[in-house]
Amino acid sequence: MNLLEVKNLKVHFPVKHGLFSRVKAHVKAVDDVSFTIRPGETLGLVGESGCGKTTLGRAIVKLVEPTAGSILFEGEDIARLSGSELRVRRRKFQMIFQDPYGSLNPRMTVGQIIGEAIDIHHLAESTSARQKRIVELLKAVGLDPIHAQRYPHEFSGGQRQRIGIARALAVEPQLIVCDEPVSALDVSVQAQIINLLQDLQQQRGIAYLFIAHDLAVVEHISQRVMVMYLGKVVELAEAKAIISAPKHPYTQALISAVPVVDPDSKRKRIVLPGDVPSPMHPPAGCPFHPRCPMAQLPRCEAESPALREVMPGHWAACHFAK
Amino acid sequence: MPLLEIKNLKLDFIAGDRNLRAVDDVSITINAGETVCLVGESGCGKSVTALSIARLVPRPPANYVGGEILLNGRDVLKMTKSELQAIRGGMVSYIFQDPSASLNPVFRVGSQIKESLKLHRPEKATDAEVIRLLKLVGIPAPESRIKDYPHQMSGGMQQRVMIAMALASEPKLLVADEPTTALDVTIQAQILDLLLDLKKRLGMSILLITHNLGIVGDMADRVAVMYAGQVVELAPALELLRRPLHPYTKALMNSVPKLSGNMQRLQAIPGNVPSLGNFPSGCRFYPRCPSAQPECAKTMPQLVEVEPKRWVRCLYAKPL
Repeated sequence: MNLLEVKNLKVHFPVKHGLFSRVKAHVKAVDDVSFTIRPGETLGLVGESGCGKTTLGRAIVKLVEPTAGSILFEGEDIARLSGSELRVRRRKFQMIFQDPYGSLNPRMTVGQIIGEAIDIHHLAESTSARQKRIVELLKAVGLDPIHAQRYPHEFSGGQRQRIGIARALAVEPQLIVCDEPVSALDVSVQAQIINLLQDLQQQRGIAYLFIAHDLAVVEHISQRVMVMYLGKVVELAEAKAIISAPKHPYTQALISAVPVVDPDSKRKRIVLPGDVPSPMHPPAGCPFHPRCPMAQLPRCEAESPALREVMPGHWAACHFAK
Repeated sequence: MPLLEIKNLKLDFIAGDRNLRAVDDVSITINAGETVCLVGESGCGKSVTALSIARLVPRPPANYVGGEILLNGRDVLKMTKSELQAIRGGMVSYIFQDPSASLNPVFRVGSQIKESLKLHRPEKATDAEVIRLLKLVGIPAPESRIKDYPHQMSGGMQQRVMIAMALASEPKLLVADEPTTALDVTIQAQILDLLLDLKKRLGMSILLITHNLGIVGDMADRVAVMYAGQVVELAPALELLRRPLHPYTKALMNSVPKLSGNMQRLQAIPGNVPSLGNFPSGCRFYPRCPSAQPECAKTMPQLVEVEPKRWVRCLYAKPL
């Protein structure tokens, strides 16, 4: 069974203007997105800024309220839950953030930060059991037990991200949404955090939704990869398949734009014209058609392509994907 | 004569009663028409080195302790205020990481570009020249765009405006400090293509600062890798990418995943980048170096030419 099943999820933000804050328009940050995550699997989510990947991640852990659609976690729809009903289930899914400093309270010690999660969910029967768990968690993420007494500002960026991971692990979640967890870190430290996330997955069977804009990192850590553009999923496939044989022209351009270290690779760079359009006024038809090198009018302008299975397990939202 | 010759540059930051060495004995030359990449992680001194070329690091807290920066044979460190004024944005132009922070939000982009023209080429300070520059950097419909304020443009467009402004003075050297780090990959590809094209057409030199080794292969003729205030490896770009000689360069290349790389596990570099003032004695990389020897803790290696054109700061670097 799937751990998570997202069906036709929509997150629309109202844009308010003028007197009495009338709603003028909607930003369709996430527009009709469906996917699944299996237990212990890593699903990578890539896209450029403004494509809705962070909003999607936050909606799944219910940090933003979905407008429509369902989020089935172990078969149970959490999209409409709130209050204490939601809080009990929150233990199963956690999130780690891009800026490890901004997501840690500067006035709490590391022990308090991790302990707070344990307290909220009543996971320790005694003070000594609580202390023991904090020490275990710190060790699990490669920190020293002595660090429990220190404050976030005393740590480097990589260590702070480890604290964020320890806090997420404290409630023994089955799914962690990782929102650009290594983008803010130095290159030499990124690999440490990626390895740590992979080790923890192997030991504990946690599933990840791994959100990032770095395709190489996403390919490395994920079993399957999902590509978003203007609030919609344009391609979803096995990581190896999507990188070696992308079906959607946007994915093709995205992959070709990644600078590669190997000087002998004979790769042709597809440079897309223009910018990502504003999600407030997405183009009609296929949202990618104004920048698409192989768009065919009038079809691409008129019809919005559905996400369809072009090969077993390989989904693409393009009229002409084969 | 090279266009730019930085010789044994040493720069301290004064923090209270401590002198923190941020740039230590850095030597880099850039020839006319050449692109040199400066690669390193945060805090390695790459930006401070680049800013020093037009002496843009405020003194204090900075203090130049030694070395010289020869621009067309003249030492920038000895120039007077008015001489500096002439080279800043004149012979040397800069573009930075975050274009929205570099543009003034209350002036139209056209008048901001014109300001640069007024200072360096007053006879050309016209709308027509501004439009020509915007066209040069690939901004569509420049006639209407000169009336835009920065916030009306996307990040990629703003960076193009910054480049237009930098080109206004027809610089000999363009210093680009992480010009694409804040941009999305598809926009990054556009900006890098533009820089390559402009270099070809205008024949200027580029000093490109980046932490992304992938960009090096696409852009650079030569690369300098910096670590903890020092250049640890200096080599022609393709040779360095094919066969890195310094353990730090090797480790850096192995720690980033590659597309279709089929790597089971990344080879992480243990520990953290040492912070300013906490550099280890001896070789600065030895606490994190996979091939460190006891001698590395005691002796600071010098940058030596181990093969023709290949300079490495490691006691155990071996030529082929």
